[in-house]
Amino acid sequence: MKFVFDEFKEGMAIAFAAIRANKMRSVLTTLGIVIGIVSVTLMGTAIEGLNRAFNKSIASLGSDVLYVQKWSWANHNDDWWIIKNRRNVRIKQAKDIEKYSEYAQAVNPVTGTRRNVIYGQKLVENVTIIGTGAYWLETSGSTVAFGRFFTPMEADGGRPVCAIGSEVAANLFPNENPIGKNIKIGGYAYQVLSVFDKQGSFLGLESLDNRVYVPINRFFQEFMSHRSDLQIMVKAKSVEELDNTKEEVRGILRRSRGLKPKDQDDFAINQQETLIQTFNTIGGVIAAVGLFITGMSLFVGGIGIMNIMFVSVTERTREIGIRKAIGAPRRTILLQFLMESAALCLIGGIIGIIIAFPISLIIDTFLPTAMPLSVVFIALLVSIIVGVVSGFLPAYRASRLDPVDALRYE
Amino acid sequence: MPSIIQLTNITKIYQVGEEKVHALDGVSIQIQKNEYVAIMGPSGSGKSTLMNIIGCLDTPTSGLYELNNINVSDMNDNQLAKIRNKEIGFVFQTFNLLARSDVLHNVELPLIYGGVGSMERKKLARAAIERVGLTDRIHHKPNELSGGQRQRVSVARALVTHPSILLADEPTGNLDTKTGDEIMMLFDTLHKEGNTIILVTHEEDIALHAHRRIRLRDGKMEVDEPIKNRKVFTQPTIVMA
Repeated sequence: MKFVFDEFKEGMAIAFAAIRANKMRSVLTTLGIVIGIVSVTLMGTAIEGLNRAFNKSIASLGSDVLYVQKWSWANHNDDWWIIKNRRNVRIKQAKDIEKYSEYAQAVNPVTGTRRNVIYGQKLVENVTIIGTGAYWLETSGSTVAFGRFFTPMEADGGRPVCAIGSEVAANLFPNENPIGKNIKIGGYAYQVLSVFDKQGSFLGLESLDNRVYVPINRFFQEFMSHRSDLQIMVKAKSVEELDNTKEEVRGILRRSRGLKPKDQDDFAINQQETLIQTFNTIGGVIAAVGLFITGMSLFVGGIGIMNIMFVSVTERTREIGIRKAIGAPRRTILLQFLMESAALCLIGGIIGIIIAFPISLIIDTFLPTAMPLSVVFIALLVSIIVGVVSGFLPAYRASRLDPVDALRYE
Repeated sequence: MPSIIQLTNITKIYQVGEEKVHALDGVSIQIQKNEYVAIMGPSGSGKSTLMNIIGCLDTPTSGLYELNNINVSDMNDNQLAKIRNKEIGFVFQTFNLLARSDVLHNVELPLIYGGVGSMERKKLARAAIERVGLTDRIHHKPNELSGGQRQRVSVARALVTHPSILLADEPTGNLDTKTGDEIMMLFDTLHKEGNTIILVTHEEDIALHAHRRIRLRDGKMEVDEPIKNRKVFTQPTIVMA
């Protein structure tokens, strides 16, 4: 064991002496690995960022909530037209679930559109107007910063009241308390009951704070027909009961929509899980393609290392002869050159990470990411592996040299 | 007295293009412990091939080579490396030191490959360096040393494992006469101390240091005789110049 350690130490010393002796050449060769590691780590960081952004957004969907809709979140292959022609999900179905379901804790119909919102002289354009039942807070998991959400009575009765998102509140009421004030949504007057806590954005696309929530029955009177398509959020009593709830809701919906036993479902019951699965499929493909393309540059770097190691072996043929003459076995020579190429690549990997780190901070400004420690470790490991793989052929050739020929080499 | 080296009917055939060249053609030699042998011959006589085979750098095409009663003629590369490490100390014409390593590390190297621990290694290496009188140059690189000093480093490297034979290939070939004589005096002393020395040379007066002369011609043994008019130095112990 001790012998192996000494041999390793000797190999290390030789490797660094050789690298130091050919500084310029080493730097240029390493450059290929540096570029490879930079691109691979940045790709890894970006993919990680995408995952984190997704997971953060997806958490807002809630793991114990079902979303009844016409459209499924999963891949629907070629039956697009069939789904398009399904009957809309209507308020009646929400009422039926509420009435018959034993597993559901809260049921909340939701729909939405975009309108301009005005308070006094101030205007916010293109705000997302959500028409919702009274159980938005329960089913969405969002919270109210101050004020109160509307009651079931207000929701069913269609009173002109609303709750506003934090961004809308900041734009319309920079120096005022919004509670009790009247705003105009698409020309109709509403009284502000409450302001939501800041929520951020969904998938980095749509702000969840640039929203106004109004009772769904009021929404149907002023913005959209009550026959239009809805989404029904059903919160299960617990995550464990989610599957039971789903089966129960499915039964209730089939009955409510008058489906015959052999008819297929003409609605979809979505859940967080569906979206995660869809994303994982897409994300996996993006990651594989991205890493493959950036991996190419690492591969090219590896070829550079192999090339220079062949040069190094040829240059040091005589040294190999001397070492063999005084008793170095093949393994030792092999190890020596493998360590040299691994060290070259490791240096490249370290430089690559040092360069990639500040760039990852720039990526962080638009994707919530930081270079994860795992990517750093994997990058270093990969660079060592590249070194060993690309150094193997030259090292093997060195180890097989005939000592007599090697000693005679000029 | 047991033979250290027992060569029986050694042949070595090289394929050069279409032609087969008999570099060695049925050579048999026995060398006893503490002998001092000069192997001579013109170029092309096969003396380098013989030296390579004795030094376990190469294996014979046919014939038997026993070193310390161990048959080494059909050993593989790694087994031969081990034998070279333990049993043979090489001194080359061109010194063959590692240019980037200092004296101590050069001398240590065979012990590293022999698996000797660090402390023990340093001790043995220092002793060998002291033996050739280079203690004050221990951290010098080869290019900071004179030719004679370099050759003494390579002698120290050859000695450090206490090998069965010292195999010197034209050890004075790259040195001026005075320094060459100093190196030869060092060999004489080492022989007196009980080492077995094989000297490959084409210079008559270098060969005169040995006790026995083997002369090769065209791959065959021509002469194998004791040397009568040996070159004796008046003060063979003054070698630490």
